[in-house]
Amino acid sequence: MAVELKMPALSPTMEEGTLARWLKQEGDEITSGDIIAEIETDKATMEFEAVDEGTLAKILIPEGSENVKVGTVIAMLAGEGEDAGAVSAPAAADEPVADVPGEGKDVGREEPGGVSAPDRPKSSPKADPEIPSGTSFTQVSVREALRDAMAEEMRRDDRVFVMGEEVAEYQGAYKVTQGLLDEFGPKRVIDTPITEYGFAGIGTGAAMGGLRPVVEFMTFNFAMQAIDHIINSAAKTNYMSGGQMRCPIVFRGPNGAASRVGAQHSQNYGPWYASVPGLIVIAPYDSSDAKGLMKAAIRSEDPVVFLENELVYGRSFDVPDLDDHVLPIGKARIMREGSDVTIVSYSIGVGLALDAAETLAGEGIDAEVIDLRTLRPLDTDTILASLAKTNRLIIAEEGWPVCSIASEVMAVCMEQGFDHLDAPVLRVTDEDVPLPYAANLEKLALIDAPRIVAAAKKVCYKD
Amino acid sequence: MQNARFTLRLVTASDYRDRAIPLPRGNEKTRKQALARSPKKPATQAAITSGADNTDDDFALRSLQEAHAKAPRYDASTDQMLAYYEQMLLIRRFEEKAGQLYGLGLIGGFCHLYIGQEAVAVGLQSGLQEGLDSVITGYRDHGHMLAYGIDPKVIMAELTGREAGISRGKGGSMHMFSTEHKFYGGHGIVGAQVSLGGGLALAHKYREDGGLCLAYFGDGAANQGQVYETMNMASLWQLPIVFVVENNQYAMGTAVRRSSAETEFYRRGTAFRIPGMDVNGMDVLEVRGAAEVAFKHVREGNGPVLMELNTYRYRGHSMSDPAKYRSREEVQDVREHKDPIEGLKKILLEKGKSEEDLKAIDKAIRARVAESADFAENSPEPEASELYTDVLVGEY
Repeated sequence: MAVELKMPALSPTMEEGTLARWLKQEGDEITSGDIIAEIETDKATMEFEAVDEGTLAKILIPEGSENVKVGTVIAMLAGEGEDAGAVSAPAAADEPVADVPGEGKDVGREEPGGVSAPDRPKSSPKADPEIPSGTSFTQVSVREALRDAMAEEMRRDDRVFVMGEEVAEYQGAYKVTQGLLDEFGPKRVIDTPITEYGFAGIGTGAAMGGLRPVVEFMTFNFAMQAIDHIINSAAKTNYMSGGQMRCPIVFRGPNGAASRVGAQHSQNYGPWYASVPGLIVIAPYDSSDAKGLMKAAIRSEDPVVFLENELVYGRSFDVPDLDDHVLPIGKARIMREGSDVTIVSYSIGVGLALDAAETLAGEGIDAEVIDLRTLRPLDTDTILASLAKTNRLIIAEEGWPVCSIASEVMAVCMEQGFDHLDAPVLRVTDEDVPLPYAANLEKLALIDAPRIVAAAKKVCYKD
Repeated sequence: MQNARFTLRLVTASDYRDRAIPLPRGNEKTRKQALARSPKKPATQAAITSGADNTDDDFALRSLQEAHAKAPRYDASTDQMLAYYEQMLLIRRFEEKAGQLYGLGLIGGFCHLYIGQEAVAVGLQSGLQEGLDSVITGYRDHGHMLAYGIDPKVIMAELTGREAGISRGKGGSMHMFSTEHKFYGGHGIVGAQVSLGGGLALAHKYREDGGLCLAYFGDGAANQGQVYETMNMASLWQLPIVFVVENNQYAMGTAVRRSSAETEFYRRGTAFRIPGMDVNGMDVLEVRGAAEVAFKHVREGNGPVLMELNTYRYRGHSMSDPAKYRSREEVQDVREHKDPIEGLKKILLEKGKSEEDLKAIDKAIRARVAESADFAENSPEPEASELYTDVLVGEY
């Protein structure tokens, strides 16, 4: 049977081209790999290579023809044992092949009314488990709570291991992994060289290979060297593989401004990671949440970015004395109930928001404080329920204002809570500058409780 | 005259004996000591993190190459050779068909063909233990999957973006996986698969399952920093990984000599005490022979090996590459004199197979590929509801 040779597309965007030259003539023998013709587009000249073998029976489009549509039959090839002279052009030789609905790359792109995507599935996080009455509490630092969470999960599941710079023999640059090497040994507590891109990739690969790595970045500033693996490898592969490739990994470490370490070591990456589908992003504030969410993160089948805060490591909070304190991912926590204004925050900002709420209470303003805890998926229900109650909302975020978590919460309030708003939503953030070193300038640049108080009063029209 | 300066270096068996792999720099005495191969000092710690004995002067960077050079070609049975022939031909015909479907607009985006490089994936992967060892590669991944016996239908259907595709139409040419076959992709970021492969190897070592990871990358990816970060850790921790540089002479349009200070890629592990092997990637039996040596070394717990497979891609970097950076004669010369399929065909004919036997194989493969193309063209696209599936595994 004769084979139709069609005008090929040479790039994803090519629709037509010039048939510049025939390098084979009618009657020529063609073998696989022969260059038959040259085709020009505005970008390049390409060689049209034979795949099938036979005799070039008929040339249907003469050389020099311009605007030849992709898919047009340009020649006929007679197969082995076929009489080339008897090959005829197909009935509609000069008609391009139509784009059949349901086939081909351009399907759905040019429908008159546009296409509508299915609804984004709504997350429905579980509530925190009840703490049984009579449970005792112990004051534990955030640092120890994180360590305890890792240790408990390592005891529970031998696939869990920790790797990172100085995590083992040095006991952690910020002592978060203190004692783990002693208990679990060097196979499961692995000191890496200073090589973030490499070990983030190795950790991600180990997760794909069935282990459950906890990868510590000494700080998230250095994870920028590794962000390719966090996003392109860890976050996207399950989707790209149609659900085959699991990547249960936790990337953890301190995030946000520390103290007087300058611009390169002081940045909040929450908004960066929270913008990426395929990632879970957690940023707890107190010890109980740090522990309960770290345990949940390690058990999650999905890649988790776990953002800690160096300035909070040393603070102590009550942690329930439970054998297995695991908290739900994706659920915000109401830290303080109030009726006049909602302050949404996360991580170190929560402490400032609580301070501000105290001050506001003294001035007769009853503020509700919400700790997001998880930045992705965002618990919009809790935010909107609070807004419906207080009708006023501000966001307190230790980070830059532009394209921030604050921006996202504001968008949610506009889109889904507009009818409940009695005042514009305001954001209280760091100043929009790289963090300066000088003590006075640093203080000026960073969010603080008085700024939160001022914003809250403003939306209550009491400034 | 850029092309006139180009000489394609495809190594033949006789070349090996003349080519010394440099030892680590040092004085004549250390070099001699190294050659004398004094016994290794015992490792001081047995942990996953400290297997490397990097005080050992006797680091035999050239021992594997020497072993390979002694008997470069794997002593394959006729049946084995027929199997390699079939697999290579399947890859070739599949890729030709993919090129055709791309030309018809049925395959979108980027599409990188493996034509010319078939002996590499077939030779190496035929030496792996199925169900145990893991394989990972970059975006030029169709051949590696076919070499692993993955159904051409689901690969082609992925190329056309259909529900039946191996990634359910959501990955495309560059992002295909089969965890069932321990094939871990199919990665679009140049070099990323090398550190991911390091992680797969870490998992083998952690589980003590005796498996190894085969991590392929190109001469272009060989200039990515993370490749060396991974080599360092893989050697430091003695991970069971075989780094495979598929040197097809061009990183997209840049010839190796224009991008690489050291174009002998097998030497690039020297700084990390990883033995190198320089292999003719156009001869499937030499590739398999080299694989035997490398895999044995790694399986015995000696840490990584770096193999350079010298090969050639006949087509452009991707479908939209007109390949103007090399001459037609250069390509034609390799096709005529080094083609891996023609090379094996010659051996098979010498072994008593007839032209008809081989033609019958070709015919059956053409039919199989045509069937996969029909399947890929006629299966439905994914349902719209698939848009939001598999973003996350858990529900939150």
